Amino acid sequence: MASNAHIRTGRLSQEELEENFADLHPPLSRSEALIEADRCYFCFDAPCTTACPTGIDIPGFIQKIRSDNLRGSANTILSENIMGGMCARVCPTEILCEEACVRNTHEEKPVEIGLLQRYSTDPVFESGDQLFERAPSSGKTIAIVGGGPAGLSCAHRLAVLGHDVVVFNRDSKLGGLNEYGIAAYKAINDFAQTEVDYILSIGGIEVRCNSTLGSDIELDELRQNYDAVFLGIGLAQSNNLGIAGEDLDGVFNAIEYISELRQAEDKSRLPVGSDVVVIGGGMTAIDVAVQSKRLGAEQVHIVYRRGPEQMSASVFEQALAQTSGVTIHHWASPARILGADHVTGVEFDTDSSEDGMRLAADVVFKAIGQRMDSSGIEEIATESGRFVVDIHQKTSLDGVWAGGDCVVGGDDLTVSAVQHGKIAALSIDQYLRDA
Amino acid sequence: MADLKTKFLGISSPNPFWLASAPPTDKAYNVNRAFEAGWGGAVWKTLGEDPPIVNVSGPRYSALHSNDRRVIGFNNIELITDRPLQTNLDEMRQIKKDWPDRALIASVMLPMHEESWAKYLPMIEDTGVDGFELNFGCPHGMSERGMGAAVGQVPEYIQMATEWAKKAASIPVIVKLTPNVASVVPPAKAAQNGGADAVSLINTINSIMRVDYDTLTMYPTTDGMGTHGGYCGEAVKPIALNMVAEIARTAETASLPISGIGGITNWRDAVDFLALGASNVQVCTAAMVYGFRIIDDLADGLSTFLDDKQLTLNQLVGKAVPSVTDWQYLNLNYVEKAVIDQDLCIKCGRCHVVCEDTSHQAITHTVNGERHFEVIDAECVGCNLCVSVCPVDSCISMERLVAGSDPRTGDAISDDKRNWTNHPNNPMRKAD
Repeated sequence: MASNAHIRTGRLSQEELEENFADLHPPLSRSEALIEADRCYFCFDAPCTTACPTGIDIPGFIQKIRSDNLRGSANTILSENIMGGMCARVCPTEILCEEACVRNTHEEKPVEIGLLQRYSTDPVFESGDQLFERAPSSGKTIAIVGGGPAGLSCAHRLAVLGHDVVVFNRDSKLGGLNEYGIAAYKAINDFAQTEVDYILSIGGIEVRCNSTLGSDIELDELRQNYDAVFLGIGLAQSNNLGIAGEDLDGVFNAIEYISELRQAEDKSRLPVGSDVVVIGGGMTAIDVAVQSKRLGAEQVHIVYRRGPEQMSASVFEQALAQTSGVTIHHWASPARILGADHVTGVEFDTDSSEDGMRLAADVVFKAIGQRMDSSGIEEIATESGRFVVDIHQKTSLDGVWAGGDCVVGGDDLTVSAVQHGKIAALSIDQYLRDA
Repeated sequence: MADLKTKFLGISSPNPFWLASAPPTDKAYNVNRAFEAGWGGAVWKTLGEDPPIVNVSGPRYSALHSNDRRVIGFNNIELITDRPLQTNLDEMRQIKKDWPDRALIASVMLPMHEESWAKYLPMIEDTGVDGFELNFGCPHGMSERGMGAAVGQVPEYIQMATEWAKKAASIPVIVKLTPNVASVVPPAKAAQNGGADAVSLINTINSIMRVDYDTLTMYPTTDGMGTHGGYCGEAVKPIALNMVAEIARTAETASLPISGIGGITNWRDAVDFLALGASNVQVCTAAMVYGFRIIDDLADGLSTFLDDKQLTLNQLVGKAVPSVTDWQYLNLNYVEKAVIDQDLCIKCGRCHVVCEDTSHQAITHTVNGERHFEVIDAECVGCNLCVSVCPVDSCISMERLVAGSDPRTGDAISDDKRNWTNHPNNPMRKAD
């Protein structure tokens, strides 16, 4: 993002930035964790476990916290979800495990499962304590395209099962959206790379960065040279609004700005708008809006074409935006972006007024979703632009599995992508052993 | 507000809550603070012969904690007073003078020679104390020297020492019993036979708290070595209640007044002891965990309870004793089934899994494809396990079957009582 009269750097002091980008949910102390762990009822066939896309035995790991068996607790978590550390930070627990907690029935205060999961797993990532052991080598090698949560989960499980893996990654760093897409205050201290390092420390995973499918590597080649292929390529292209003014200076894809922010060495040197309008209703919209506000933008608006119930951002995320000073408008569709060279505002159609709504803006973020870049993979069956897979994450193409946001049913959650990668790895393992 | 004034063996106190003989009553400073806080009486820290004993200067206490570090159980290896006898006597005299309306009892532990009792008891009585408590209970340290529990475990010794004490004293004598016995009734009888005016119980229970997980030595230690201590606090209350009730319901000892001790922390605990036969109660651990101001809720809560029940304190004493019997007299024709209140149920499934794993497979987990926990009457034996583990108060209750037949056994529900003594399965049954 280039600077101009409105968009400038250094809106806030270094101290203000540090405060604004501190850990969103600070970790629990030991005594906090023990007391919170005591609140768990150790349910039979626990609803929280059912609600977890990776099926972590939540009462089991909490029981181990209660007895100070943190290594065992971390093992319970990470053996179902190798990204249990990141998920503890970024999972919308309020719509997953914590929503299912039986404590909600009478006290509306679920066990803080996310924070307990972080308490269990942090020591493992800090020390690098290796909890996993590789099975004897199978002599097979699997190509994984995409080093995001789905690809890394698949790679780790395959490595544990005794296979060798080569991960082809488009970006220069592994981690996918954990590295490039998640709000900075949700994963401080470069946790995404700490987690990547831990995953790779199992051994048997070779990483080739800056390798893009369709240009640097071809699917046919991978199918010929490897025993199986897993595609975890995410949704690489941002959707367009298709309205006038979209090409004006000052109109950006939210995902690209978040990526720039995540990679910034010094946040005070990031250009920040004064009046920011975000169009969209998902996590990305919230993340870019809240982060803009925390970087010092004066006015930040999120405008969503439907109501609060339809927003894919959780109630917690919506509240976070509002308490961070972001104004959320519902039932307003963007009609045109105004301005000569640089954006000056956005006009919206609304149900409530014939004149619609006009917001001043010097920066407009588009956060209306991404779509898959299907170059080089046209031969695999898709539906609504995503791969069709079976319950084992197998695509229509023999020897090719897929998971994460790029498959039908992908839901923009790290935890779901991890589960896809895990299921695919188990299926690939079975396939290779049956062969 | 119900009147809590108590006369125990003719000794008055403004309420039935005395501090037990222990560190909280070690010296005038503490006892003054206790009486200022409102305690009805104090049993002074046990006196012995000069020269005084010596305590360790390392850990004397350790606790069994919940995860939020609430003290559930407590253990100590402290001995009797380690101050010169005269120092204690001077302070006791002053306390009794300053607090004439409070009960002040002298706890004593002396060797098994009549001369000692004849020599010391009159000296102690001269301070103006209201009574004696003979410490036949401490299970650590002093018992190695032939005192404390070493006496309390041998009924003949109890009787002998009680007789010596009664001969030497003109004020009431309470005998404090140890729980480290197979049955508490023979020691109680021995005390009675020796002329004791009352018994107090329980003293602490032999215990080792845990090991140190780093050093793999017992915990705590003094210079690397440890010894068993006396266990007390909330965890021991059920053991104490049983012993109190045993004495209260045994014909020969039923008339023996009891001062109840063992884990009393709030007024409900006091109700337990009083209803099961104690005429007053003594408290130590709760004061050591929370300080003396707990007396406020103890007294206030008991008074409110008595008002609610429209009972006097004396009417409460022993109220529950007739309900305690031997197993063999329980009515085997009486049938209860657990009932789960579906409006209160939070669907944690704990009742199901414990019944499934460890009991009678009498609670569903799924009904019509839904997560649903419901008692299967045809399997339920009425054991109360589900009630005990349910995290929601009053969600599961036991309800009596009053008509028809028990779906589990097919037996008709009968108003007739049948217990083991006349049950057909009992080869030793008495004729109906």
